[in-house]
Amino acid sequence: MIKRSNRVYWAAAVSVTLLISSFLVYSLLAGDKSEFLLGETTHGHFQIELACESCHSDAFSGEKAMQKACESCHAAELKRADDSHPKKKFLDPRNADRLEQLDALQCKTCHREHKPGITGDMGVTLPIDYCFRCHEDIAEDRESHAGLKFDTCASSGCHNYHDNKALYEDFLVKHGVGELTKSHPVVLERDYAELFRQLSKQPVKALSAGEHDAPQNLVEAKAIEEWQASGHADAGVNCSACHYLKDEDTNQKQWLRKPDHTACESCHSPELEGFTQGRHGMRLAQEMSPMKVSMAKIAMKEKAHNKELNCQSCHGGHSYETKKAAVDACMSCHDDEHTKNFKDSPHYDQWVKAQHGDIDESQGVSCATCHLPRMEGEFKGETVTRVQHNQNDNLRPNEKMIRSVCMNCHGLGFSIDSLADQALIKSNFIGQPKVHISSIEWALKRDKEKKEKDRLKRELGLSEDE
Amino acid sequence: MRNSLSKSVKVGSLVLAAIAMSACGGKEEAVSTGVTPQQLTDNMFAVMKADRTTYTKLIIQRLAKKEKVIKASEHWEDEKALVLPAQMFRHASEIIAEQDLGFTYSLQSIWPINKQNAPKTDMEKQGLEYLNENPGQNFYGEETLGGTTYFTAVYPDVAVADACVSCHNDHKDTPKTDFKIGDTMGGVVIRVAMN
Repeated sequence: MIKRSNRVYWAAAVSVTLLISSFLVYSLLAGDKSEFLLGETTHGHFQIELACESCHSDAFSGEKAMQKACESCHAAELKRADDSHPKKKFLDPRNADRLEQLDALQCKTCHREHKPGITGDMGVTLPIDYCFRCHEDIAEDRESHAGLKFDTCASSGCHNYHDNKALYEDFLVKHGVGELTKSHPVVLERDYAELFRQLSKQPVKALSAGEHDAPQNLVEAKAIEEWQASGHADAGVNCSACHYLKDEDTNQKQWLRKPDHTACESCHSPELEGFTQGRHGMRLAQEMSPMKVSMAKIAMKEKAHNKELNCQSCHGGHSYETKKAAVDACMSCHDDEHTKNFKDSPHYDQWVKAQHGDIDESQGVSCATCHLPRMEGEFKGETVTRVQHNQNDNLRPNEKMIRSVCMNCHGLGFSIDSLADQALIKSNFIGQPKVHISSIEWALKRDKEKKEKDRLKRELGLSEDE
Repeated sequence: MRNSLSKSVKVGSLVLAAIAMSACGGKEEAVSTGVTPQQLTDNMFAVMKADRTTYTKLIIQRLAKKEKVIKASEHWEDEKALVLPAQMFRHASEIIAEQDLGFTYSLQSIWPINKQNAPKTDMEKQGLEYLNENPGQNFYGEETLGGTTYFTAVYPDVAVADACVSCHNDHKDTPKTDFKIGDTMGGVVIRVAMN
């Protein structure tokens, strides 16, 4: 016989357990999942932290599924970066002992999520001596590296684990220190409009305001005026191309008053791909609501807090004015020191001069010039220069900017030093870098020594061993 | 390595069967016979060596060295140049490794330009030394790495063209500057998972 007091105790315990379980199951399936977060999410992922399945696939998925999730967003970027330590280099069993020390096959070996206490730059959660584990004997081959501290390889501005496209030795030798600013600095020209004309089945004819095909009852004079002055009208893209689309619910074509970002995709898929990989659009890629300025963890203007991020936020509904999107749009939301100093910077001077026609347009430097750079890529089998709309792509780490941005106008030495100087970045490059990275001098010295050796060898007609 | 030797041997049998079929005009029935790990790796190496020699002689030696119509460069993407023979070999080996087929291969040397390609395991060290001391011979053994036992075969990688010799002798990072045509410059290590 169970005593009455025990029965009450058991009934209460079971009820409380059921109540808590129901609450948790409801939260997990339909409610607020934030209760389940194991710790603060990194700045790169916090926007999508409640779309748990983005990374975890499902509650029971293992390491493989999680690795696949990392690669689904980051593999293309690593390929573009010519990753110095790709997974494929570690698959040979000869690396088994190394993998036991540092499992280079899994992103999470170095980038663990929800661990704010140990998360450093680039979301790295390992102590920064990781290079040492495989390259401890580097001084045997590089005299210049003797005596260097074991934690300075990736923190000194000389090397990165993944992206060394602007830092590898022969690149340093080829470009040398270079000039501070080149005599003919030039930002790449976009040429998608030209390719669009070439690829169109029909000859492209610019449209006049009277040729719009919007239903009369929906026509707004301002919209028509902005559209007519835009690249869209110039390329023969009429109102219906963006507004008369299939409705997802009914699967019928209908006039959409406010089409979303998917309307842009048919012509601008590379731009959209970049946008949805960066912090402006990453929530859309997970089918979440658009990013709101108030969600940001960096300084933003209070009056912009209610703004939502989509293509129109920066480009406008009909004007698609790229110049406005290149400076004003950024400055209407961002409120950090770097942004606030932009209008006092030499780059902005260039921008203003270019807008006034005092210098060539290709020499103006906007926010977008550096953060949404024009890059060569492939589209429908053709090489084309378009805008990379993932504004975070070349910031992780910032040496990724050297080739795609800085070296269009500056020498390699100035670029490396400037990007290593945090105070200079904060001031938006007002002044000269006060940090100096010696890597170019070291590379040039080694190259010179080798050439000298070769010269002596040729002169003496002897092998080095003799 | 999840895939086992049996899978590799089946792959090897098919390779051999395909070679036999192509030699006979493809009319005969493919006969799958037991293949030893050594036969498997010997045949793999024969294909690798033929492809590597073809690329080195017909592409690099001819177009970059003799005709001088295009450059070959270690930084082939940046320089818009031909991929070096060793890089082509490694690139292909990485494609194979990614497929998890139960075998892997790599190109190594006692005198590597990139120190990461120096022999590393005891068997690799023994194998490369053996090739150096016994020109024209192969080396076979078994080793256990990461809990898996492998049949490991090491084959000589011989300088077949001027381009191999001059590029290696002149490279900034080379530890040896007196290679000659016909020298064993390194070794191809093929591993087949046994369990």
